[in-house]
Amino acid sequence: MSESLLEIKNLKVYFPVKTGGLTRPKDFVRAVDDVSFTITPGETVGLVGESGCGKTTLGRAVIRLIEPTAGQILFEGENLAHLKSSALRAQRRKFQMIFQDPYASLNPRARVENIIGEALDIHRLTPTRAARRQRVEKLLLDVGLDAAHAQRYPHEFSGGQRQRIGIARALAVEPKLIVCDEPVSALDVSVQAQIVNLLRDLQQEHGLAYLFVAHDLAVVRHISRRILVMYLGRIVEAGESRSVCRSPKHPFTQALISAVPVVDPDSKRQRIMLAGDVPSPIHPPAGCPFHPRCPLAEARCKTEAPILRELETGHQVACHLAK
Amino acid sequence: MPLLQIRNLQIDFRIAQKNMRAVDGVSLSLAAGKTLGLVGESGSGKSVTALSIARLLASPPAIYAGGEIVLAGRDVLQMRAAELRQVRGGVVSYVFQEPGASLNPVFRIGNQIKEALQLHRPEAATAAEIIRLLKLVGIPAPATRVKCYPHELSGGMQQRVMIAMALAPQPKLLVADEPTTALDVTIQAQIIELLGQLRRQLGMAILLITHNLGIVGDIADEVAVMYAGQIVETAPARALLQRPLHPYTRALMKSVPRLDADVNRLTTIAGSVPRLGAFPAGCRFHPRCPQGRPECSQTSPPLVEVESGRRVRCPFWNVAT
Repeated sequence: MSESLLEIKNLKVYFPVKTGGLTRPKDFVRAVDDVSFTITPGETVGLVGESGCGKTTLGRAVIRLIEPTAGQILFEGENLAHLKSSALRAQRRKFQMIFQDPYASLNPRARVENIIGEALDIHRLTPTRAARRQRVEKLLLDVGLDAAHAQRYPHEFSGGQRQRIGIARALAVEPKLIVCDEPVSALDVSVQAQIVNLLRDLQQEHGLAYLFVAHDLAVVRHISRRILVMYLGRIVEAGESRSVCRSPKHPFTQALISAVPVVDPDSKRQRIMLAGDVPSPIHPPAGCPFHPRCPLAEARCKTEAPILRELETGHQVACHLAK
Repeated sequence: MPLLQIRNLQIDFRIAQKNMRAVDGVSLSLAAGKTLGLVGESGSGKSVTALSIARLLASPPAIYAGGEIVLAGRDVLQMRAAELRQVRGGVVSYVFQEPGASLNPVFRIGNQIKEALQLHRPEAATAAEIIRLLKLVGIPAPATRVKCYPHELSGGMQQRVMIAMALAPQPKLLVADEPTTALDVTIQAQIIELLGQLRRQLGMAILLITHNLGIVGDIADEVAVMYAGQIVETAPARALLQRPLHPYTRALMKSVPRLDADVNRLTTIAGSVPRLGAFPAGCRFHPRCPQGRPECSQTSPPLVEVESGRRVRCPFWNVAT
């Protein structure tokens, strides 16, 4: 395996739940519970799961937009988890984020030039105004917009164009990793494909690595080399995206894949219907967190928590029964 | 006589002293007990069309500019307020996208279902009937759940409560406007399954509004595809998914990533969905159409029956690409 760009070791993010009064919090939402994975330079890792499984929290904790409770975040070997704010800010040039809602993530009162230029100013990347303008125009062209768009405001753009501005802003500081949190789920289907293709092109051009967080398995499979499947704060399956989608090992992944609607009316697919909802992350079920909804659950699944183990080369599963 | 027959419906929105046409000449028909999928992207006019069936659009700004909506033999657009109250819920019920926003947060769900019963079936407004409805939509332990407030339920359970409320007056038509868009795929599969099962059990018709072509294949008998206020293609669901004829439908299907295919690049549709008031002249899809010709920007093509049961708004649908 090549040198890793990002290595996450036993990361935990717990949120205290208020119990009222002056007592210390008794309960915690275990949003991310003991997660480890790596991303190599130029690679895309997809992160999928149901809403509330902790995928967004994990995506944000990885670049310390949310403070992790425990664990290590090694970026090019340096642990980000305990960096002080000034040292962290210097590091932030290397990792950026693209947000879900292109309507909420751009300042409505700033011109595009300043939205993108702010990142350049913070890291002092363009010494003169002319250089800054030139750089912004170059970035706009890179993401498929027009240089003249620099003087406009966000409301003058469509959803897809706004997402391109968000991408240009992330690219401005030449990062090595971009965390994409549901970057296409707010967009129309016909525009989604444009943005997915753009992200792929930019990756090849700039050698970017992506952590691609999304609930749409088909989009994730399309863009990712490896996929992590999350359930209730834990990774339950990890592997090459092809093998995870073609031969999923964990019963949750199997159900997730079978639930994706397909446009092919002749598909002979058997749908696995999951009963019930995602359980509470405050009091997760004992044993395997998936056992109350699992169609295959046995007695030991209720008491013994399965650990993530390697079934085939590069394909890991946290399930007692997976073969 | 079909249960619902919309003929040449035209709806304008009056914004800043200008009338903008959001729905332009839409005709649809839905037989009792059948499911029609109305597919389109944002701004295509699909939700406006759906809301107009019970005249739910606020007027102003909406103006019903023309056409008719014949529901169970009567034109909704000609009805007076008292008649409309009977039709709303009694003949046609709605389930919306965000169950959390559609339920009243300060009332217990049992009381909210009871209100629907009191309005339309006062004799049935009993605890037993409320529990029966909750059981019908698959809510576990319904006798204790009636006392829950909406925030105590998950999104999927809230949507089931919305469906129970919609079913309470025993409507002939259920309009489901993006009922699963706010839900996870695993829960989406449950809700779509439930809708299909209820339709078979109760014999009601369903108008399903969605942007997701995959869902259509799971539940719909017929499909109508909308773009920029107009229907561009109608066909039996299976036939449409197997062989879409309009360039827009074809491009839309190709731009959806698939789980089972290894493709390097997705096929895209250039540009973005036109906004209300800025619909292009001629064929409204021509600026984005991969097969666009010079004449497409001149004349607006009519919706023509090209095969039995299939209508397409494109004169070049059978030209090889």
